Amino acid sequence: MRIVVCIKQVPGGSQVRMDPVTNTLVREGAKAVTNPFDAYAIELAVRLKAELGAEVVALSMGIPATGALLLDAAARGADRCVLLTDRAFAGADTLATSYTLALGIRRLGGADLVLCGRMAVDGDTAQIGPELAEALGLPHLTEVDAVLEADASGLTVQRSIEGGAKQTVRLGLPALLCVTKEIGFPTMPSIAGVRASRSVAVETFDAEALGADPARIGLNGSPTQVVRTFVPQRGAEALPVEGTAGQQAARLWEIFREVGS
Amino acid sequence: MAGLRISKAACTSCGLCQSACPAGALYIKRKAEVDRDACVLCGLCIEACPMGAITLEKEADAPTVAETTRDVWVFAEGLDGRPHPVAFELLGQARALAAARGGVVAALAMGTGAESWAPPLIEAGADRVYACEGDIFDSGMTEPFAAVLANLIETERPETLLFGATVFGRSLAPRVAARVGTGLTADCTGLDIGADGLLQQTRPAFGGNLMATIITAARRPQMATVRPGVFSAAPRAAGRQGEVVRVQQPTGLVLPQVLKTAPGAPGESIAAARVIVSAGRGIGNQKNLELVRRLAERLGGSMGVTRPLVDMGWAPYPCQIGQTGLAVAPDLLVCCGVSGAIQHLAGMGGAKVVVAINSDPQAPIFGAAHYKVVGDAVEILKQLLAQNKS
Ligand SMILES: Cc1cc2nc3c(=O)[nH]c(=O)nc-3n(C[C@H](O)[C@H](O)[C@H](O)COP(=O)(O)OP(=O)(O)OC[C@H]3O[C@@H](n4cnc5c(N)ncnc54)[C@H](O)[C@@H]3O)c2cc1C
Repeated sequence: MRIVVCIKQVPGGSQVRMDPVTNTLVREGAKAVTNPFDAYAIELAVRLKAELGAEVVALSMGIPATGALLLDAAARGADRCVLLTDRAFAGADTLATSYTLALGIRRLGGADLVLCGRMAVDGDTAQIGPELAEALGLPHLTEVDAVLEADASGLTVQRSIEGGAKQTVRLGLPALLCVTKEIGFPTMPSIAGVRASRSVAVETFDAEALGADPARIGLNGSPTQVVRTFVPQRGAEALPVEGTAGQQAARLWEIFREVGS
Repeated sequence: MAGLRISKAACTSCGLCQSACPAGALYIKRKAEVDRDACVLCGLCIEACPMGAITLEKEADAPTVAETTRDVWVFAEGLDGRPHPVAFELLGQARALAAARGGVVAALAMGTGAESWAPPLIEAGADRVYACEGDIFDSGMTEPFAAVLANLIETERPETLLFGATVFGRSLAPRVAARVGTGLTADCTGLDIGADGLLQQTRPAFGGNLMATIITAARRPQMATVRPGVFSAAPRAAGRQGEVVRVQQPTGLVLPQVLKTAPGAPGESIAAARVIVSAGRGIGNQKNLELVRRLAERLGGSMGVTRPLVDMGWAPYPCQIGQTGLAVAPDLLVCCGVSGAIQHLAGMGGAKVVVAINSDPQAPIFGAAHYKVVGDAVEILKQLLAQNKS
């Protein structure tokens, strides 16, 4: 049984602010980290590995430096690290990324279970999971909070649906799940894990090795494109409510009553 | 290969592109240069360059726009045997888009009783309803929906297709986009269409206080999801007439099996609240949230929070306002110690009157407020509660 966990490198701290003078983006100490939601997917994979005796593969499409994050996944229990890296992958939107990840998984000989975090904290689209499932022809479930039962033939999982309702679903394998934080807190790498991960090498594949169609990867394979970025307009000036806290509160009650009537 | 091109003739070495680059890929060496291994082709430098010296070159845009209609489709998700409120909000916006294009608005209804949704959907702006009756949809698995949508897209060729960014919409829309091989933009806060038929999809971007407008240039349909509460529902036109097209439910699908569904705690959602008192990190500690909750109660409303409070476990996720939480549209929103980050503002655009209490007179939240209260939120909350004992 093979479990593939998809990992994205995101800017750490995500503290990006606008420089008010030059109107440009300033990123402070933006060290790259593993997308926090993907850490939960790794956690689940490693737990299932212990239960089912699976091979866990950490997979990412990214720049060569992403290899370090894959090795961190190995220290947590992943058996193999696979990095899809090529300049031709740059500028990929979710469709091109899911195509590329699907090629990577096929290249490995497929997967019984593919795990993704519920979304990436930088782009925040939550589209890769379902798009990857479609590219692989697998069923998928999003917002998976827990795996209640697991065996070689399938999983019983709990997921959140509209309005906070919870659904228990039995699905056969192969399948793809997007998991939430409810999965449980990721454990830190153990010393033994770190030691074992030293023998793991990052396997890299470029576009050619994957047999990728050049028209379906990177910027060329991305149907969406950003045409404009802007700082949103401020509305009209707010009316100040001044005085001591007591006076401000008194004025606020007047405002609340005006709105209420 | 696709790449960034910098015109050496136009570049003035001003360095604005360098500071705009999130990947650290641009540097100035007499003129601007790009490190191609680091460049992620995000295009932010193109906007930043005052000289228009930077362009992003794609290879010939592979498949060109296939022949399409000018129609705007809305996926009408079901909720408790009726269309989800977001379907009516999307229909309101779809009408405006279709009017600009001279196209037809269609709604897609699937599930047990789907045909009975046609009249309200038509009254809310649909000219045509594709109704697919069937119990195969009722378990809430995406597959049968994706099958019907992909088939209809193939035969009917809509130009635009909108989904509510509900849990289900966010699971289904990417599945459909990948099946038909088109672009999808998540959680749009603005949608416009030009005479060229390009849908201008605006959403917060790059994790910064920045908005981006995104298009799908060469594939159709152009697909977008929109959070509930972002657009307001069109007024119903009683007796409005439209066409109902019956569609067969798909057969032969093997679906995951739902063993059990446990309803969510009622009254948790703040999406429909008329009054919301919201708290951000400026509230100081979890205990002070009690003040916020009490004021909300006095006003007959609910409590909302920013994301960091949910991340810290101070409040449950259904209280979160913003791009990754709920969009709300109350008559009155009182924000206590909320900075006004763009992702948070993305969820409060529908509020009619906004009162912001913040100790920092420069806080961005004041740009979105009608009343500006500079002060300590905890102190003012205590005063508010003391002055209105009930
Ligand atoms: C992809 C992505 C998605 C996101 N989605 C969301 C989302 O859906 N919702 C959301 O809310 N955020 C979201 N965020 C986070 C968002 O960018 C901000 O970090 C967050 O909204 C800030 O929360 P805050 O206002 O509580 O905290 P802060 O930004 O820390 O602001 C605290 C404010 O309190 C004020 N303050 C301090 N002390 C006092 C006092 N005693 N009295 C009064 N005021 C005081 C400060 O002046 C400051 O303005 C997202 C971020 C990313 C990258």
